Amino acid sequence: MTVLSGTSDGGSNGGAVTIVHLYPTLMGTYGDGGNIRILVRRLAARRMNAHLITVGPGEPVPDSADLYVLGGGEDRSQVAASRELRNSGALNRAAARGATVFAVCAGLQVLGHDFEVSGGETEPGLGLLDATTRRRSRHAQGGAPPANARNRKDSVWPRAVGEVLAEPLDGSPLLTGYENHGGGTVLGPAAAPLARVISGIGNGSGSAAGDGHEGAVQGRILATYLHGPVLARNPALADRLLELATGSELAPLEVAYVDQLRAEREHYVKTGKLSAESVHTRR
Amino acid sequence: MSAQLPLRSHLAITAGRTAAAVSRAVGRGRGQVIGGRVMLKIDPSLLRRLAAPMRVTAVSATNGKSTTTRMIAEALRTAGSVAHNSTGANMAAGVATALATNRRAAFAAIEVDEAHLPAVAQSTGASQLVLMNLSRDQLDRGSEVRMLAERWHSMAAALGPDVEVIANADDPMVAWAASAAPNVTWVGCGQWWTEDSALCPSCGASLTRTAANWACQRCGLSRPETAWFILPDAAQIVTPSGTVRPQLALPGRFNVANAAIALAAVTARGVGTDSALDAFGRVNDVDGRYVRASVEGHEARLLLGKNPASWTEMMQLVAGSPALLVTVLNARGADGRDPSWIWDVPFEDWAGRPCWVAGERRFDLAVRLDTAGLEVLGVSLDPLAATAEAAPGQGLDIVANYTAFQELRGQVVK
Repeated sequence: MTVLSGTSDGGSNGGAVTIVHLYPTLMGTYGDGGNIRILVRRLAARRMNAHLITVGPGEPVPDSADLYVLGGGEDRSQVAASRELRNSGALNRAAARGATVFAVCAGLQVLGHDFEVSGGETEPGLGLLDATTRRRSRHAQGGAPPANARNRKDSVWPRAVGEVLAEPLDGSPLLTGYENHGGGTVLGPAAAPLARVISGIGNGSGSAAGDGHEGAVQGRILATYLHGPVLARNPALADRLLELATGSELAPLEVAYVDQLRAEREHYVKTGKLSAESVHTRR
Repeated sequence: MSAQLPLRSHLAITAGRTAAAVSRAVGRGRGQVIGGRVMLKIDPSLLRRLAAPMRVTAVSATNGKSTTTRMIAEALRTAGSVAHNSTGANMAAGVATALATNRRAAFAAIEVDEAHLPAVAQSTGASQLVLMNLSRDQLDRGSEVRMLAERWHSMAAALGPDVEVIANADDPMVAWAASAAPNVTWVGCGQWWTEDSALCPSCGASLTRTAANWACQRCGLSRPETAWFILPDAAQIVTPSGTVRPQLALPGRFNVANAAIALAAVTARGVGTDSALDAFGRVNDVDGRYVRASVEGHEARLLLGKNPASWTEMMQLVAGSPALLVTVLNARGADGRDPSWIWDVPFEDWAGRPCWVAGERRFDLAVRLDTAGLEVLGVSLDPLAATAEAAPGQGLDIVANYTAFQELRGQVVK
């Protein structure tokens, strides 16, 4: 367990926001470690102290932190992380206490009731989200054929890979990111989607093109399929997590190049073209 | 001792050459891939036929395969003629073109894409396989690291003792895959990027590591003993017959690691250590990598960083350089369309360093570098716009990923 305090208070976490980064070596395949850097940076920019705890496999998970972050990973890593968390019980205790939890992709699946891995076996998850995940190929075989099925090709649902643009249900700015998953997640009545898909697949159940849902929200538990890393591309989502974790409203924050990045990605999704504007220099 | 080829093979080669020439004539590239595809379409057995009289060494890795193959080819050339896919066309078609271009070669030194290695190794009847490292690369379309290791493992398990596998003992993924082969020479090439081998490739438990060793406490898989290895100074190579200090023109500790495994490979082919090291020292650019070119009065050095492991090594390489750092990022099909891996590069280690950011995904990279604390001087689509920011006479260290690198090389290398 690595403990880093971005503070001058000598390592005590009095007054600091305690963030637990769960298993970055297992669940960090798609640059999701960047989400942690963004959270810490946005706290620091507001002169708030961050107390970061990184938990590796086999190490104890603290149950008293404010915010827990779980990224994406390969099947085997995902199963390993899920088993560690189930055996420890700490994340469930923390969530019951009202801690904020944020998960990405395979992490989203782990937070649900159960998920299927590529061998066809079903692995129990943590049950923190009212969600179940099966391979998209199984949804395609088991469920009724998608309403818009025109040919046999539509009955096989490919892996969901590509840029996503989605509209958050809470009215915050558009969600932008990159998805890459073979799982299709169905939300139960206790969970709401994080956003409605404008372009891309999202949760990926219901039909080959998904069911229009992206991610999940249940109390203080938020999850998404989006990489990017998603908090680097969506500062509003980062602040939503920090506001949940700190219980206080945060002042807006200007960060260099983020607006241009968001505009460029939105332009690309809508037109299929990269923007080619001129030189930007900061002076 | 060229193979006696049937008429069909001759037709295939002629048609392939024509297709390649047409491709070049209309400016569609170097033609190696299209030519090879035509050849293999007409004669699917062509690879086997062309390779039959050659002693084939196939080299594969996520990073370093082009450079290592080039070193091996240069050293083998001291012993005989060598067929070599020197332009990085590293799937069956590119290999077919390389072998057809030098049919009388005694040796073939071919780099092979990681996912295509089992098929190409089999169809060429390679008698030597050099396996170096596996790490994350183009996850949007490539395979997860563990899946590649599994494919290599199955390939190795089917090999006979006549095939010599030369493998990096320090990469657990590679070592596990190679350990299935009956005839392995282990080389300690080091592993600086460990993010993709946290778990035992065999049983899935967490691996325990020390500076020079790794092991699985659950199933007992561990780093094999090596008679060849690089010393921690990454300047000397220990061989079964003594310690040598290669004098390479290429920079970086990873190139010493590349030289170590290349040395083990060519020694097994009968090349003496001194001739091999001389040959390695003659390699000064590898298909444009490390090349120096003059750009509007500034000396520019071109460096390829295509994934987290290689980008990290390139940042190490330019750490002390007085040149202006220019970082360039694209995310086209050949690069991988998801550039989120830039967040896996520990750019925080270079906080405070001024840099220019360019390429089609410059804003992604600018946010990353700014977050890491580098001083982003500005961004532009065109990397060469950075020359405006460079002091008179200041050099440029340009680190670019794949398609950005290819484009730049075309622009600045005359």
